Amino acid sequence: MRDFYGVTLANPLMLGTAQYPSPAILADAFRASKAAVATVSLRREQGAGQDFWALIRDLGVRVLPNTAGCHTVKEAVTTAHMAREVFETPWIKLEVIGHTDTLQPDPFALVEAARILTEDGFHVFPYTTEDLVLAERLVEAGCRVLMPWGAPIGSGLGLNNIYGLRTLRAHFPDIPLVIDAGLGLPSQAAAAMEMGYDAALLNTAVAKAGDPVAMARAFALAIEAGTLAHAADPMEPRDMATPSTPVIGKAWLA
Amino acid sequence: MKICLNGEDRETAGPTLAALVEEAGFAATKIATAVNGEFVPALARSQRTLTEGDRVEILAPMQGG
Repeated sequence: MRDFYGVTLANPLMLGTAQYPSPAILADAFRASKAAVATVSLRREQGAGQDFWALIRDLGVRVLPNTAGCHTVKEAVTTAHMAREVFETPWIKLEVIGHTDTLQPDPFALVEAARILTEDGFHVFPYTTEDLVLAERLVEAGCRVLMPWGAPIGSGLGLNNIYGLRTLRAHFPDIPLVIDAGLGLPSQAAAAMEMGYDAALLNTAVAKAGDPVAMARAFALAIEAGTLAHAADPMEPRDMATPSTPVIGKAWLA
Repeated sequence: MKICLNGEDRETAGPTLAALVEEAGFAATKIATAVNGEFVPALARSQRTLTEGDRVEILAPMQGG
Protein backbone atom coordinates (compact mmCIF):
# COMPACT_ATOMS: atom_id res chain seq x y z
CA MET A 1 0.00 0.00 0.00
CA ARG A 2 1.33 3.45 -0.93
CA ASP A 3 2.04 6.05 1.69
CA PHE A 4 0.65 9.55 1.80
CA TYR A 5 3.50 11.91 2.68
CA GLY A 6 5.08 9.15 4.73
CA VAL A 7 1.85 7.93 6.31
CA THR A 8 0.45 4.49 5.52
CA LEU A 9 -3.30 4.22 5.98
CA ALA A 10 -4.81 1.17 7.66
CA ASN A 11 -7.67 1.36 5.17
CA PRO A 12 -7.69 3.37 1.93
CA LEU A 13 -10.87 5.33 2.62
CA MET A 14 -11.17 9.00 3.48
CA LEU A 15 -14.64 9.96 4.65
CA GLY A 16 -16.22 13.38 4.91
CA THR A 17 -17.94 14.52 8.09
CA ALA A 18 -20.70 16.75 6.67
CA GLN A 19 -24.44 16.31 6.12
CA TYR A 20 -25.12 13.34 8.44
CA PRO A 21 -28.54 13.15 10.10
CA SER A 22 -26.93 13.31 13.56
CA PRO A 23 -23.51 13.23 15.28
CA ALA A 24 -24.26 9.69 16.51
CA ILE A 25 -24.92 8.47 12.96
CA LEU A 26 -21.73 10.20 11.82
CA ALA A 27 -19.75 8.28 14.42
CA ASP A 28 -21.45 4.96 13.63
CA ALA A 29 -20.94 5.47 9.90
CA PHE A 30 -17.25 6.13 10.46
CA ARG A 31 -16.80 2.94 12.39
CA ALA A 32 -18.74 0.96 9.77
CA SER A 33 -16.71 2.46 6.93
CA LYS A 34 -13.34 1.68 8.55
CA ALA A 35 -12.19 5.03 7.14
CA ALA A 36 -8.68 5.96 8.21
CA VAL A 37 -9.06 9.67 7.49
CA ALA A 38 -11.78 12.23 8.27
CA THR A 39 -12.08 15.40 6.23
CA VAL A 40 -13.02 18.51 8.18
CA SER A 41 -13.31 22.25 7.58
CA LEU A 42 -13.07 25.58 9.38
CA ARG A 43 -16.04 27.88 9.70
CA ARG A 44 -17.06 30.83 11.85
CA GLU A 45 -17.48 29.65 15.42
CA GLN A 46 -21.16 29.65 16.29
CA GLY A 47 -21.03 27.35 19.27
CA ALA A 48 -20.98 23.89 17.71
CA GLY A 49 -17.32 23.70 16.75
CA GLN A 50 -15.91 22.44 20.02
CA ASP A 51 -18.37 19.55 20.41
CA PHE A 52 -17.78 18.56 16.80
CA TRP A 53 -14.03 18.55 17.38
CA ALA A 54 -14.42 16.34 20.46
CA LEU A 55 -16.47 13.88 18.38
CA ILE A 56 -13.85 13.71 15.63
CA ARG A 57 -11.00 13.29 18.10
CA ASP A 58 -12.80 10.34 19.64
CA LEU A 59 -12.97 8.59 16.27
CA GLY A 60 -9.21 8.10 16.49
CA VAL A 61 -8.65 8.73 12.78
CA ARG A 62 -6.26 11.06 11.00
CA VAL A 63 -7.72 14.45 10.09
CA LEU A 64 -7.53 16.05 6.65
CA PRO A 65 -8.69 19.69 6.80
CA ASN A 66 -10.01 21.23 3.59
CA THR A 67 -10.14 24.68 2.06
CA ALA A 68 -13.70 24.14 0.81
CA GLY A 69 -15.43 27.19 -0.55
CA CYS A 70 -12.24 29.11 -1.28
CA HIS A 71 -12.21 30.77 -4.70
CA THR A 72 -8.84 32.54 -4.64
CA VAL A 73 -5.23 31.65 -3.92
CA LYS A 74 -5.13 34.06 -0.98
CA GLU A 75 -8.29 32.66 0.63
CA ALA A 76 -7.07 29.09 0.25
CA VAL A 77 -3.58 29.83 1.58
CA THR A 78 -4.91 31.75 4.59
CA THR A 79 -7.47 29.03 5.34
CA ALA A 80 -4.72 26.40 5.13
CA HIS A 81 -2.61 28.27 7.67
CA MET A 82 -5.56 28.60 10.04
CA ALA A 83 -6.37 24.89 9.61
CA ARG A 84 -2.78 23.87 10.32
CA GLU A 85 -2.89 25.71 13.62
CA VAL A 86 -6.28 24.36 14.71
CA PHE A 87 -5.88 20.75 13.57
CA GLU A 88 -2.13 20.51 14.18
CA THR A 89 -1.39 18.76 10.90
CA PRO A 90 0.56 19.74 7.77
CA TRP A 91 -2.04 17.89 5.68
CA ILE A 92 -4.37 20.08 3.65
CA LYS A 93 -7.01 19.10 1.12
CA LEU A 94 -6.55 21.99 -1.25
CA GLU A 95 -9.74 23.14 -2.95
CA VAL A 96 -9.74 26.28 -5.02
CA ILE A 97 -13.14 26.43 -6.65
CA GLY A 98 -13.34 27.87 -10.15
CA HIS A 99 -17.00 27.50 -10.98
CA THR A 100 -20.01 27.70 -8.69
CA ASP A 101 -22.25 25.29 -10.66
CA THR A 102 -19.81 22.45 -11.19
CA LEU A 103 -17.54 23.19 -8.21
CA GLN A 104 -14.66 22.27 -10.45
CA PRO A 105 -11.26 23.56 -9.43
CA ASP A 106 -9.66 26.68 -10.87
CA PRO A 107 -6.57 24.93 -12.29
CA PHE A 108 -4.41 28.05 -12.45
CA ALA A 109 -5.12 29.16 -8.88
CA LEU A 110 -4.82 25.56 -7.69
CA VAL A 111 -1.26 25.20 -8.99
CA GLU A 112 -0.23 28.57 -7.55
CA ALA A 113 -1.73 27.80 -4.13
CA ALA A 114 -0.14 24.33 -4.15
CA ARG A 115 3.28 25.85 -4.84
CA ILE A 116 2.96 28.43 -2.06
CA LEU A 117 1.70 25.91 0.48
CA THR A 118 4.36 23.33 -0.39
CA GLU A 119 7.03 25.99 0.14
CA ASP A 120 5.38 26.77 3.50
CA GLY A 121 5.83 23.12 4.53
CA PHE A 122 2.30 21.84 3.91
CA HIS A 123 1.57 18.35 2.61
CA VAL A 124 -0.87 19.24 -0.13
CA PHE A 125 -3.70 16.94 -1.26
CA PRO A 126 -5.02 18.84 -4.30
CA TYR A 127 -8.62 18.34 -5.36
CA THR A 128 -8.17 18.41 -9.13
CA THR A 129 -9.74 17.26 -12.38
CA GLU A 130 -8.42 14.26 -14.31
CA ASP A 131 -6.48 16.61 -16.63
CA LEU A 132 -3.04 15.11 -17.21
CA VAL A 133 -1.19 18.38 -17.85
CA LEU A 134 -2.67 19.98 -14.74
CA ALA A 135 -1.61 16.90 -12.76
CA GLU A 136 1.95 17.33 -14.06
CA ARG A 137 1.96 20.99 -13.00
CA LEU A 138 0.74 20.03 -9.52
CA VAL A 139 3.53 17.49 -9.15
CA GLU A 140 6.03 20.14 -10.33
CA ALA A 141 4.56 22.45 -7.68
CA GLY A 142 5.48 19.87 -5.05
CA CYS A 143 2.33 17.76 -4.63
CA ARG A 144 3.12 14.13 -3.77
CA VAL A 145 -0.52 13.08 -3.79
CA LEU A 146 -3.14 13.82 -6.47
CA MET A 147 -6.88 13.73 -5.92
CA PRO A 148 -8.72 13.75 -9.24
CA TRP A 149 -12.48 14.00 -9.17
CA GLY A 150 -14.68 11.17 -10.35
CA ALA A 151 -17.48 13.64 -11.05
CA PRO A 152 -18.60 17.00 -9.60
CA ILE A 153 -18.80 17.18 -5.80
CA GLY A 154 -22.06 15.80 -4.44
CA SER A 155 -23.31 14.64 -7.86
CA GLY A 156 -23.05 10.88 -7.26
CA LEU A 157 -22.34 10.36 -10.96
CA GLY A 158 -19.36 8.10 -10.38
CA LEU A 159 -16.30 7.92 -12.63
CA ASN A 160 -17.16 10.25 -15.52
CA ASN A 161 -13.95 9.81 -17.49
CA ILE A 162 -12.56 6.34 -17.03
CA TYR A 163 -10.08 6.89 -19.84
CA GLY A 164 -8.66 10.05 -18.24
CA LEU A 165 -8.45 8.44 -14.80
CA ARG A 166 -6.70 5.39 -16.24
CA THR A 167 -4.27 7.64 -18.08
CA LEU A 168 -3.39 9.41 -14.83
CA ARG A 169 -2.76 6.08 -13.13
CA ALA A 170 -0.50 4.94 -15.95
CA HIS A 171 1.35 8.26 -16.11
CA PHE A 172 2.02 8.59 -12.38
CA PRO A 173 2.87 5.07 -11.20
CA ASP A 174 4.65 6.41 -8.10
CA ILE A 175 2.26 9.19 -7.03
CA PRO A 176 -0.55 8.13 -4.68
CA LEU A 177 -3.87 8.81 -6.41
CA VAL A 178 -7.11 9.35 -4.53
CA ILE A 179 -10.44 9.42 -6.32
CA ASP A 180 -12.10 12.44 -4.74
CA ALA A 181 -15.67 13.55 -5.25
CA GLY A 182 -18.59 12.40 -7.33
CA LEU A 183 -18.91 8.85 -6.02
CA GLY A 184 -22.49 7.76 -5.44
CA LEU A 185 -22.28 3.98 -5.20
CA PRO A 186 -19.86 1.43 -3.72
CA SER A 187 -19.40 -0.19 -7.14
CA GLN A 188 -17.87 3.08 -8.37
CA ALA A 189 -15.38 3.08 -5.52
CA ALA A 190 -14.58 -0.56 -6.30
CA ALA A 191 -13.99 0.37 -9.95
CA ALA A 192 -11.51 3.08 -8.92
CA MET A 193 -9.61 0.66 -6.70
CA GLU A 194 -9.63 -2.04 -9.40
CA MET A 195 -8.02 0.54 -11.69
CA GLY A 196 -5.17 0.87 -9.21
CA TYR A 197 -6.20 4.00 -7.36
CA ASP A 198 -4.75 4.17 -3.86
CA ALA A 199 -7.73 5.50 -1.94
CA ALA A 200 -11.20 6.98 -2.29
CA LEU A 201 -12.55 10.12 -0.65
CA LEU A 202 -16.29 10.52 -0.34
CA ASN A 203 -18.94 12.13 1.82
CA THR A 204 -22.39 12.67 0.32
CA ALA A 205 -22.83 9.06 -0.89
CA VAL A 206 -22.73 7.89 2.73
CA ALA A 207 -24.18 10.88 4.57
CA LYS A 208 -27.19 11.26 2.26
CA ALA A 209 -28.01 7.57 1.93
CA GLY A 210 -31.27 6.49 3.55
CA ASP A 211 -29.18 4.38 5.95
CA PRO A 212 -25.74 6.00 6.19
CA VAL A 213 -24.29 3.31 8.45
CA ALA A 214 -25.27 0.49 6.08
CA MET A 215 -23.93 2.46 3.12
CA ALA A 216 -20.67 3.09 4.97
CA ARG A 217 -20.25 -0.65 5.41
CA ALA A 218 -21.09 -1.21 1.74
CA PHE A 219 -18.31 1.20 0.75
CA ALA A 220 -15.88 -0.53 3.12
CA LEU A 221 -16.60 -3.87 1.46
CA ALA A 222 -16.39 -2.41 -2.05
CA ILE A 223 -13.06 -0.76 -1.38
CA GLU A 224 -11.68 -3.95 0.09
CA ALA A 225 -12.95 -5.91 -2.93
CA GLY A 226 -11.54 -3.42 -5.43
CA THR A 227 -8.17 -3.34 -3.68
CA LEU A 228 -7.95 -7.15 -3.62
CA ALA A 229 -8.99 -7.36 -7.26
CA HIS A 230 -6.27 -4.94 -8.36
CA ALA A 231 -3.64 -6.82 -6.39
CA ALA A 232 -4.85 -10.07 -7.98
CA ASP A 233 -3.91 -8.79 -11.47
CA PRO A 234 -7.22 -8.93 -13.41
CA MET A 235 -7.49 -10.72 -16.75
CA GLU A 236 -7.41 -8.70 -19.96
CA PRO A 237 -10.86 -8.17 -21.48
CA ARG A 238 -11.32 -9.43 -25.06
CA ASP A 239 -13.96 -8.91 -27.73
CA MET A 240 -14.57 -12.56 -28.68
CA ALA A 241 -15.83 -15.39 -26.52
CA THR A 242 -13.46 -18.11 -25.41
CA PRO A 243 -14.87 -21.26 -23.79
CA SER A 244 -13.95 -21.76 -20.17
CA THR A 245 -15.08 -25.39 -20.09
CA PRO A 246 -12.61 -27.76 -21.84
CA VAL A 247 -13.59 -28.66 -25.43
CA ILE A 248 -11.49 -31.85 -25.44
CA GLY A 249 -13.44 -34.83 -24.15
CA LYS A 250 -16.86 -33.51 -25.05
CA ALA A 251 -19.26 -36.35 -25.98
CA TRP A 252 -20.58 -36.80 -29.52
CA LEU A 253 -24.30 -36.44 -28.88
CA ALA A 254 -25.51 -34.58 -31.96
CA MET B 1 -14.11 50.78 19.23
CA LYS B 2 -16.30 49.26 16.54
CA ILE B 3 -14.98 46.21 14.71
CA CYS B 4 -16.55 43.44 12.63
CA LEU B 5 -16.38 39.96 14.19
CA ASN B 6 -17.39 37.02 12.00
CA GLY B 7 -19.45 39.30 9.80
CA GLU B 8 -21.25 41.15 12.60
CA ASP B 9 -20.55 44.64 13.91
CA ARG B 10 -19.40 44.67 17.49
CA GLU B 11 -18.11 47.08 20.12
CA THR B 12 -14.94 45.94 21.81
CA ALA B 13 -12.77 47.36 24.53
CA GLY B 14 -9.74 45.94 22.78
CA PRO B 15 -7.00 46.75 22.58
CA THR B 16 -5.59 43.49 21.19
CA LEU B 17 -6.88 40.48 19.27
CA ALA B 18 -6.10 38.32 22.31
CA ALA B 19 -8.34 40.57 24.44
CA LEU B 20 -11.16 40.30 21.90
CA VAL B 21 -10.87 36.49 21.80
CA GLU B 22 -11.12 36.47 25.60
CA GLU B 23 -13.99 38.97 25.62
CA ALA B 24 -15.95 36.89 23.08
CA GLY B 25 -15.52 33.74 25.20
CA PHE B 26 -13.16 31.83 22.96
CA ALA B 27 -10.00 31.94 25.07
CA ALA B 28 -9.99 28.26 25.97
CA THR B 29 -11.35 26.89 22.70
CA LYS B 30 -9.94 25.37 19.54
CA ILE B 31 -9.99 28.32 17.14
CA ALA B 32 -7.89 30.15 14.57
CA THR B 33 -7.92 33.88 13.93
CA ALA B 34 -7.49 36.28 11.05
CA VAL B 35 -7.61 40.07 10.87
CA ASN B 36 -8.46 41.81 7.59
CA GLY B 37 -7.88 38.58 5.69
CA GLU B 38 -4.46 37.86 7.22
CA PHE B 39 -3.88 34.83 9.45
CA VAL B 40 -2.81 35.77 12.98
CA PRO B 41 -1.21 32.81 14.81
CA ALA B 42 -2.29 32.19 18.40
CA LEU B 43 1.05 33.29 19.78
CA ALA B 44 0.84 36.64 17.94
CA ARG B 45 -2.68 37.57 19.15
CA SER B 46 -1.49 39.51 22.17
CA GLN B 47 0.77 41.67 19.99
CA ARG B 48 -1.90 42.29 17.35
CA THR B 49 -3.51 45.65 18.21
CA LEU B 50 -6.99 46.19 16.80
CA THR B 51 -8.09 49.40 15.15
CA GLU B 52 -11.52 50.79 14.30
CA GLY B 53 -13.17 48.92 11.43
CA ASP B 54 -10.96 45.82 11.57
CA ARG B 55 -12.53 42.65 10.17
CA VAL B 56 -11.84 39.80 12.55
CA GLU B 57 -12.53 36.16 11.80
CA ILE B 58 -12.62 33.52 14.53
CA LEU B 59 -12.92 30.06 12.97
CA ALA B 60 -13.51 26.68 14.57
CA PRO B 61 -13.56 23.03 13.47
CA MET B 62 -16.62 22.23 11.40
CA GLN B 63 -18.03 19.39 9.30
CA GLY B 64 -16.42 19.11 5.89
CA GLY B 65 -16.16 16.90 2.84
